[in-house]
Amino acid sequence: MTPMSNPRSSFKMTAQRDDALASAGTSRAAVGKVSATDVSVFYGDKQALFDVSLDMPDRMVTALIGPSGCGKSTFLRCINRMNDTIPGARVDGKIILDGEDINDRKVDPVLLRARVGMVFQKPNPFPKSIFENVAYGPRIHGFADNKTELADIVESSLKRAGLWKEVADRLQAPGTSLSGGQQQRLVIARAIAVSPEVILMDEPCSALDPIATAKIEELIDDLRSQYCIVIVTHSMAQAARVSQRTAFFHMGAVVEAGATDEIFTNPRDTRTQDYITGRFG
Amino acid sequence: MTDAALTPAQSAKARARAESEARLKRRYRAEARFRFYGRAAIILALAFLVLLLGRIGLQGYSTFTDYRVSLPVQVNADRVDMADLGGSNFNLTVAESALALLGETDDPYGEASAEMMAILSGDMGFQILDRLREDPSLVGQTITVQGPMKANASLYYKGQISRDTEVGGRLLSDRQLDWLDELRERGVVSGGFNWTFLSRSDSTEPEQAGVWGAVVGSAMMLFVTAMLAAPIGVLAATYLEEFAPKNRWTDIIEVNINNLAAVPSIIYGLLGLAVFINWLAVPRSSPLLGGLVLALMSLPTIIIATRSALRAVPPSIREAALAVGASRTQTVFHHVLPLAMPGMMTGVILSLAHALGETAPLLMIGMVSFVPGVPETLTSAATVLPVQIFIWENASERAFHERTAAAIIVLLVFMVLMNLVAVLVRRRFERRW
Amino acid sequence: MLIWIALLGLILFSVTAYAAGRRKVLSAAGGRARLMHSLPGYHGAYLALWTAAPAIILLLLVSLFGAQIEEIVLRADPPAAVSTLPDSTQDVFYNDVVATVTGGQVSQTIYDGALGSAFAEKLVQARDIHRSLTTGALIAAFILALAGAAMAWPRLSADFAARPRVERWIAVLFLACSVVAVLTTLGIVASLVWESWRFFQAVPVFEFLFGLTWDPQIAIRADQVASSGAFGAVPLFMGTFLIMMIAMTVAAPVGLFAAIYLSEYAGPTVRAVVKPLLEILAGIPTVVYGFFAALTVGPLFRGAFNSLGAQFIGGPLDGLGLYLMQVQNQMALVAGAVMGIMLIPFVSSLSDDIINAVPQSLRDGSLAMGATRSETITRVIMPAALPGVMGALLLAVSRAVGETMIVTMAAGLQARATFNPLDTVTTVTVQIVTLLTGDQEFDSPKTLSAFGLGLTLFLITLMLNIVALRIVQRYREQYD
Repeated sequence: MTPMSNPRSSFKMTAQRDDALASAGTSRAAVGKVSATDVSVFYGDKQALFDVSLDMPDRMVTALIGPSGCGKSTFLRCINRMNDTIPGARVDGKIILDGEDINDRKVDPVLLRARVGMVFQKPNPFPKSIFENVAYGPRIHGFADNKTELADIVESSLKRAGLWKEVADRLQAPGTSLSGGQQQRLVIARAIAVSPEVILMDEPCSALDPIATAKIEELIDDLRSQYCIVIVTHSMAQAARVSQRTAFFHMGAVVEAGATDEIFTNPRDTRTQDYITGRFG
Repeated sequence: MTDAALTPAQSAKARARAESEARLKRRYRAEARFRFYGRAAIILALAFLVLLLGRIGLQGYSTFTDYRVSLPVQVNADRVDMADLGGSNFNLTVAESALALLGETDDPYGEASAEMMAILSGDMGFQILDRLREDPSLVGQTITVQGPMKANASLYYKGQISRDTEVGGRLLSDRQLDWLDELRERGVVSGGFNWTFLSRSDSTEPEQAGVWGAVVGSAMMLFVTAMLAAPIGVLAATYLEEFAPKNRWTDIIEVNINNLAAVPSIIYGLLGLAVFINWLAVPRSSPLLGGLVLALMSLPTIIIATRSALRAVPPSIREAALAVGASRTQTVFHHVLPLAMPGMMTGVILSLAHALGETAPLLMIGMVSFVPGVPETLTSAATVLPVQIFIWENASERAFHERTAAAIIVLLVFMVLMNLVAVLVRRRFERRW
Repeated sequence: MLIWIALLGLILFSVTAYAAGRRKVLSAAGGRARLMHSLPGYHGAYLALWTAAPAIILLLLVSLFGAQIEEIVLRADPPAAVSTLPDSTQDVFYNDVVATVTGGQVSQTIYDGALGSAFAEKLVQARDIHRSLTTGALIAAFILALAGAAMAWPRLSADFAARPRVERWIAVLFLACSVVAVLTTLGIVASLVWESWRFFQAVPVFEFLFGLTWDPQIAIRADQVASSGAFGAVPLFMGTFLIMMIAMTVAAPVGLFAAIYLSEYAGPTVRAVVKPLLEILAGIPTVVYGFFAALTVGPLFRGAFNSLGAQFIGGPLDGLGLYLMQVQNQMALVAGAVMGIMLIPFVSSLSDDIINAVPQSLRDGSLAMGATRSETITRVIMPAALPGVMGALLLAVSRAVGETMIVTMAAGLQARATFNPLDTVTTVTVQIVTLLTGDQEFDSPKTLSAFGLGLTLFLITLMLNIVALRIVQRYREQYD
């Protein structure tokens, strides 16, 4: 984490963010909210991603599918620079978020991560109360000036994550006391609370039962109207259900990307076809 | 994105931006501060290490050189009582010869010879005694003896006693300093490596005191500890980890062992005093007794280290052996123990290294006594390195402080060697699963 | 000596038995091991075990407790000259008799007159007892070995289940080894409780625990015992507490921040260098720390305070200046600070383990929210690790309370009820060392009080350890 060398860069980022919020009404589906060009990732000497280029449009769900170890999660972690936290990891190429390269030295990963939220494979609520879990982001970023404002943010985030009704009467209970599905929705609420523009989800349902999975999928569909969502999933059925666009990863490279309907009904590459018809993976 | 002119809404935004910028600055300052604390803590800890080792090195290194003098001694027949050789004052003879060498004679009150005796070690007197016993015909002849200077004289040669200090605060008189200078000019004094310190045992005279007796004592004691603690510890750990049923009794044993590992070492000394000395009548101050006490003390740590080495062997190995029809015991002896061996050895060696440096329990069982010789058997009185350090630290002579630091260096060298062996074992045989 | 030769003979005998047993079953099975229930080696081992084990156990018991048995028999019929002696002198007498016979350490007491003839008489008796005990033991061992071999030999046959039986022997040996650990605890508790009980007969428990004066004077004559001194341990407890607090003030922040830096900030290279260096600090024997405290830190602090005091002399703080001028080398601050240095690696390595046990997913979760590292540490990791860290600190407290050498060499001997870190204080461990080193009479309250202190120390550290270990274990289970 580099200390902020140039305060003006963060100024720029904030400005663009405000503009993006201002132009929320206009349709910009053609241009990716996030667009990656020739992204390669190295862990030490080992290359994990090979020149990945991909557009992830706003107000849509982009699903990343592919066999295990194909680099989907690695790619996802590039988008909010979580790879910075792994010693020895190096990212080449460009990832543009709203016109600015996020790997630019001037971009502050702390601010970037507030804009690009992330939900992990295993629900990871902090060992704090439900309220404190959701309030964590707003607190560290100073979004609320007083307690009522904070409570409002927590309430609206929990509502948007569809968890409010279940936990309204026990906000002080520990976050870890919830069921797996509830925990995952709590974590989504936690991510929403800092009003991100992009939400990354790394196999958010793989640790959940089918009923909890259905709820999360419903939630993802809901959230699509406001955010750019990128989801890594193992389940092709899930990709087909929740996503509008799909990218198929294989051996660290994108084999094929496009509208979900296209990919699933009419894949152009034989490897994609083999994978979605279950011949390998 | 639009480039419109400033509107009220936009100026409100600008304020918000400035605010968030200030907040970010604060957060990064807090981050830098926190990081600084962490770095400062590490630097502080390492600085203590450097200070501790550096200080001891500085205090102790000079012990490893000493100054020896080689003197022709005229053994006058009138000074020697052949009937009672031991009763003769050969130190005086040596001092007189030294004075004669420098062209001086003793005064009637014997002050000059007394001052001379205070800079020449009594060791030379004993050498003459020994040679006369062997060959009485040497009486009346001049024999050359070589021996150490007294510790204070050596300190002057090493520059640790300065002529500039006032006479009252100095351990040597002006005359003695003149003599020392002259002896050196005449080339009868030579500096060299201090073998005496490594090859002799404790003595009341610092220049004749050495660590050899303590080294031997430590080795004997560690041998007893290793012979007892290593097999018992390894077997107990193997039982608990591989054979024991999981029930209340084994739980109690387990909790018990964890707690024993944290019992202050001095308590083991009390146990040794009450049980081994008063009840089992093991000889006091002996390496056997010390070894027994330290064995009990190291047992829990060895058990804990061995158990974690056993736990590192994956269960699949055990299942594989059991699946081909090996019994539990065969599985353990043929597969688990060989695989866990490097880890267990490392644990045992480190525990023994710790036992080597342990002092407190040994004080309880009578090891703080002046033992001038090298222990011959496991039951004879002995001293060990850490206790020798403790004894010398209490001595008032300045030369002993120098030797204390040197004994610490010797002790640390042994501990470093043991740790090195442990690291090598780990490196050589380490297996990752 | 004879017993050792007998042991050697037994081992040779059992090796022969091993070979014979192996040969017997092999020939019984026609040389084909596959027809046997167990491998031939197990048959040999079975025979060897029955031959040697019971006899060896007997011989070990005799060599361990022989001296006790001899003394009991000797005491059964005390000569008049001896029975009039005080108990402790009688102990020395019998001890010397037995030691003369067995070749142990003899006291320098000279026995003459009636005592001399009693000594000679008992010596003859002791020689007899010793001889008959040794020969008896040897014969019994010989019979046991033969009987064992005779019992096991006919059993050996191709379908005899030798392996499970040998394995049962092994299991018993293993169990016996783990019982040693329990016996150690029992030995500690029994010896401490027994000797303390004798002490508390002379000094009431209440007076010991709550008395404000500690002054265990030496009782030179037997009739002086009653007036021998004051055994109020409160000043010792206060001294121990004071030094522990100083040590923790140094060790807790430095150790914790070092652990945090190593586990959260440092790269692999820094970790690879710093961790072994901290281990060196942890491996240095306490007597070395004591030397450092007594001869380097003590004079350094004293010089600093003395010259600071000199500044105040004549000013408004004249009294303070005078006090600082008189500060000694041996003070609580020196011992505490050096002990704190000693505990730094202990605290840091325990905390490092505990911080590392906090799941990575929590770190990722916090960082992905846009938290900085320090926010992640202070708001997520430390709250999660808090119970474990508390346990680690408690273990460090227990170490500080039980540490002996540093305080013995640097804290001093004067029992003072004070919380002033510049005073010389004394601790429980220092007093145990002082009371039990040098010449001592074992039955005086002065010596016995060391066991009273030892028992208190043991109980305090035991409680700290139990609580700390339980906290740490709970904490680990939470994240397993």
